[in-house]
Amino acid sequence: MYRLLKQIAKTGIVSEPPPHPDETLRQIDQQLGEVILRHFGRALAIRHVDAGSCNGCELEIHSMNGPYYNLERLGIKFVASPRHADLLLVTGPVSRNMELALKRTYAATPDPKLVVAIGDCGCTGGIFGESYASSGRVSNVIPVDVAVPGCPPTPIALMQGILTAISSGGRDRA
Amino acid sequence: MEEHRVTELALHTQPVAGAMPAFRATVGAAELRGLCEQTRAQKARLVALWGSDETTRGGGYALHLALALGSGLLWLTLPLAREHPRYPSIADIYPCANRMQRATYDLLGIHAQDSPDQRKWVRHRAWPGGVFPLRKAFPIGTSFPPSDDRYPFVKVEGEGVHEIPVGPVHAGTIEPGHFRFSIVGEKILRLEERLCYTHKGIEKLFENMTLAEGARLAGRVSGDSTVAYAWAYAMAVEGATGTEPPSRALGLRAILLELERIANHLGDLGYLGNDVALSFGFFQFWRLKEDLLRLQGELFGHRYLMDQVVPGGVARDLPRDQAERLLARLEQIQSEVVALKAIYDDHAGAQDRFVMTGQVLPELAEKMGLVGFAGRASGIKHDLRVDYPVLPYQQAGVRMATHTRGDVAARVSVRFDEMFESMRLVRTLASQLAPGAIRAPLADCIPGKCGVGWVEGWRGEVLIALESADANRIHRAHAHDPSWQNWPLLERAVLGNIVPDFPLINKSFNLSYSGQDL
Ligand code: SF4
Repeated sequence: MYRLLKQIAKTGIVSEPPPHPDETLRQIDQQLGEVILRHFGRALAIRHVDAGSCNGCELEIHSMNGPYYNLERLGIKFVASPRHADLLLVTGPVSRNMELALKRTYAATPDPKLVVAIGDCGCTGGIFGESYASSGRVSNVIPVDVAVPGCPPTPIALMQGILTAISSGGRDRA
Repeated sequence: MEEHRVTELALHTQPVAGAMPAFRATVGAAELRGLCEQTRAQKARLVALWGSDETTRGGGYALHLALALGSGLLWLTLPLAREHPRYPSIADIYPCANRMQRATYDLLGIHAQDSPDQRKWVRHRAWPGGVFPLRKAFPIGTSFPPSDDRYPFVKVEGEGVHEIPVGPVHAGTIEPGHFRFSIVGEKILRLEERLCYTHKGIEKLFENMTLAEGARLAGRVSGDSTVAYAWAYAMAVEGATGTEPPSRALGLRAILLELERIANHLGDLGYLGNDVALSFGFFQFWRLKEDLLRLQGELFGHRYLMDQVVPGGVARDLPRDQAERLLARLEQIQSEVVALKAIYDDHAGAQDRFVMTGQVLPELAEKMGLVGFAGRASGIKHDLRVDYPVLPYQQAGVRMATHTRGDVAARVSVRFDEMFESMRLVRTLASQLAPGAIRAPLADCIPGKCGVGWVEGWRGEVLIALESADANRIHRAHAHDPSWQNWPLLERAVLGNIVPDFPLINKSFNLSYSGQDL
């Protein structure tokens, strides 16, 4: 126990300042009003859905929860069920074998909801494209608010994407 | 080409050119089972089983087996008829063949006769039964309305038995798959997996690519093993084209592969702490992992080292001053991991959850063919870096880590040992780096050449078996992930354990979905 406490004290707090939203990632205009966004900003619940990725994008989602990025300190946390989620973070090209599960997850997420598509695969289908086995980009299957390119996108880019999804984008909708 | 006689078997084979020792032989259906019984008796493991469509080359179909013999990899090919292609099932001899045989049927319509398990495996609802997407006549862009997807799970009957279906979308940030638990109270009586939700047509995509183009795709078969796959793929292409990568490139590849091993173990050891309510472990290990990833991003231009290994060599050099930065970073990480290991070892709560949880005994591991670090934690003493020490591992010398208890604690222990060994290897490899070029031009390939890539990735052995078509294109590239062998053992490891320990046991293996779903 002593060693554990010593390690904690020695490490200190390593979390770094979060990035700013990036409007270029936005796919459709912000649909949510100021009031809702204010609430989302303080307690956003994310449900991750791997719709067919290579698992590379997942690695960076994990990183985002690590101590340097520490997403949770912004009031943003991952939840176990889509029924508790405000935002779906979707990776991969949508494999045809996952298409139904993704649609069902989307339907189970209460309104108002946001969708952030992750990675070159989520944005365009990436190297896997569209085929007998892949439906391609996420927006081919469910509506997407923000898309974050990269293979995989860095944790900073992912945070930017999430923060963009919950920012007003300069539109005054209060 | 000269004939080679595999001493273990009375079989005439042709050597397969390339870095790893490999031989190829054609067998008839009547000999297949006898041969497999012989190799099984000699403790040769089945590495992979796959099929191919040979109708564009004047044949019918073919079944392929890769077996790991003491002297190298034996690639057996069984030519099959154009009409009703079939072969005798070998799943009773090599249990791990079961799912591979079912996948081969779903993709190519090649039938394993006399197998009691004829259920589909890769096919869910994306294409209907009787359609086989890996056949040459099937255009990759064909799409079908979603078909019916009934799948007969095995039912466990009895008083107080409940079923818990989990997935494909899981509670945590992991890949999709379906788990069907049969439980009594909290105890797991049976687990049945259903995978292939992430099937995205990788093998079909290969057949629409040139040998050079395939490298990027190989690096995305399973993102956490991108170096292992890219190296295996490059090795196969180099064998097929007769390209000799410069020795500096080989040293750099091994450094990249060991870094991938370190990064994955760091991440998983953090999660294993998290899963036993020691979130301290998660934050500490993920800090260290991030320290490594950031430096990798700086030195190689990619945090996970994607697209670094290319056919012919590597994409970027590691100049001396950069190598020194890398070694300094590893030394700092190592000293912290030593401290964290002491904390894990002494933590009564963590050890209580690790010890005797999710056990796979050596006998079962041997029978079912457990591979990789999980195999080594269950007494299976195989590591390609040790068994077939080709350059640069021949020079560096790898000390194999093993354990016999086969529980979560054993897998944790082997992961720590392998991480320390990888750190030592990176130091040795960096000091032994040969001067000179890092990439050789890829020679042209004639059609019908074959190549084998076989690499000990962090999870286990990764295989790429490749055959060329004309114009430097790919006739068939089969990618095999060690998870094929290990998933069925996860079903066994959880038996008698309680449901809440499933995430811990699962993470201690951390198997790939994408790599097996393809
Ligand atoms: S974007 Fe890249 S890392 Fe992400 S799933 Fe696609 S191939 Fe993998």
